[in-house]
Amino acid sequence: MTSTTTTPRSATAPVALHGVTKVYGRGANAVLAQDGVSLDVAPGEFVCLVGASGCGKSTLLNLVAGLDRPSSGRIDLPEGVNPGLMFQEPALFPWSTVEGNVEVPLKLRKLPRAERRERVAELLRTVHLAEFARKRPHELSGGMRQRVALARTLALDTPVLLMDEPFGALDAMTRDILHDELERIWTERKLTVLFVTHNVREAARLADRIILLSSRPGRIIYSTRVDVPRPRRIDSPEIAAIAADVTDRLRSEVGRHGQ
Amino acid sequence: MASDTLTTAQRSDAEISGLDALEIAGREKETSRAARVWAATWPKLAALALTITVWQATVWTGWKEQWALAPPGQVFADLADYVFSAALWDGLATTGRRAALGFAAALVIGLALGLAVARVKVLRAALGSMITALQTMPSIAWFPLAILLFGLTEQAIFFVVVLGAAPSIANGVIYGVDYVPPLLLRAGRNLGARRLNLYRYVIAPAALPAIVAGLKQGWAFAWRSLMAGELLVVIATRTSIGAQLTYARELNEAPRLMAIMIVILVLGLVVDSLFGAADKAIRRRWGVLDPAGQ
Repeated sequence: MTSTTTTPRSATAPVALHGVTKVYGRGANAVLAQDGVSLDVAPGEFVCLVGASGCGKSTLLNLVAGLDRPSSGRIDLPEGVNPGLMFQEPALFPWSTVEGNVEVPLKLRKLPRAERRERVAELLRTVHLAEFARKRPHELSGGMRQRVALARTLALDTPVLLMDEPFGALDAMTRDILHDELERIWTERKLTVLFVTHNVREAARLADRIILLSSRPGRIIYSTRVDVPRPRRIDSPEIAAIAADVTDRLRSEVGRHGQ
Repeated sequence: MASDTLTTAQRSDAEISGLDALEIAGREKETSRAARVWAATWPKLAALALTITVWQATVWTGWKEQWALAPPGQVFADLADYVFSAALWDGLATTGRRAALGFAAALVIGLALGLAVARVKVLRAALGSMITALQTMPSIAWFPLAILLFGLTEQAIFFVVVLGAAPSIANGVIYGVDYVPPLLLRAGRNLGARRLNLYRYVIAPAALPAIVAGLKQGWAFAWRSLMAGELLVVIATRTSIGAQLTYARELNEAPRLMAIMIVILVLGLVVDSLFGAADKAIRRRWGVLDPAGQ
């Protein structure tokens, strides 16, 4: 941490889901997206949700982010916390520069101008984009845009980060680097992360705990700790072994739908 | 592995900037400004020269008497006089004021109407298709009613100009608000923008290109309505570009008639190119301008 103004609050309480159920539509057309998902993410924990298509991973994150409401069940967040949400696409505002994008949450929190500037510069340094502050999103590569999105989410100063396949659209090399970056930032800022992916290796590389969701409806069917010391490498044998185990279980879950 | 954390971090920094440099490289291509201006200008000049040639040739065939179809030479000589006459500038003042007032009123009404329809479901059901229907109504068809209501007055012209332009502007707003990418809305809400702030930080800027397109179209309608109005609603005590055009016909002043038409054409082109420039600037900023297509 370079400056005292930037110390983020770290979460004191877990992110807790109690029997969360989500139904879309009504009557005969109703689709059960989530069926009684209960889950505790401890403060500072990195949890990856893994599942095949149709497990409603994104729905779950929307519910935790408060962009949608569960049909039944309850989601408890630490007092006064609004989680930050990142998507597969960077969702940057194309009319604004890199620094303008990162500044939006700060403006919405009505921080004074001087402080905003300092915070934006610091956040852009964190994601190694200080020299690109004046560029527009369309002038950047996919990986760089996703880093801007990360900086913008970090500008919320929230201890809880929800990530919806944020690196899904990137090439392998860029993704590896962003894994290192995210791990570093997560450690530095003591964030609580709920990370959705269908890439099992990515989950094994990043997570303290991997949670496997079934498809249609989404239920937790398996959960495992990843006790590999950090920093990790995605191509290490320990990570590969964990990924292989989770992949087997994911395959048998997918196979269940084929019968 | 923990002992080489630092070197890992350094390596990763170098990798990041290396990757960034590779991916950014070659995106910007420069051509000289003069070359670009010339490339854009010469086809227009050639087209103009061709038009004047065809016009002169038509005059030479003797198809029409010269009191009806004036030759280009006479017209441009008259235009030179006209540009330095008080008549033109008095007329421009009236016409310009009418255009500005009418367009400003249409802007206010169009924005308010568009926002209301985009936001309120009932209004959309009630007015949505009516606005589009209004847009298809040729504005000159409003004049008989306008003259009945307001007589041969400024208000009659104003009424028709506003009716001509407001629906296009409203439609631009509705379209712009409707097509804000849902992902940006979700991102904005997650970043803490609610209600008015969501409009300020996400919806308004996202809708701006469509709104400007609506303004441009609205201006085109306003200008056409205004010219039609000035031809029909001639107020004897007040000169205007349209009124002068009517007088030129009544007095069989063919060169003046064409000179006025050229003024009208140039005015329309200038304002249109201003809107075009604004439109292009916004698209460039938004990153939606395709450089290959320009």
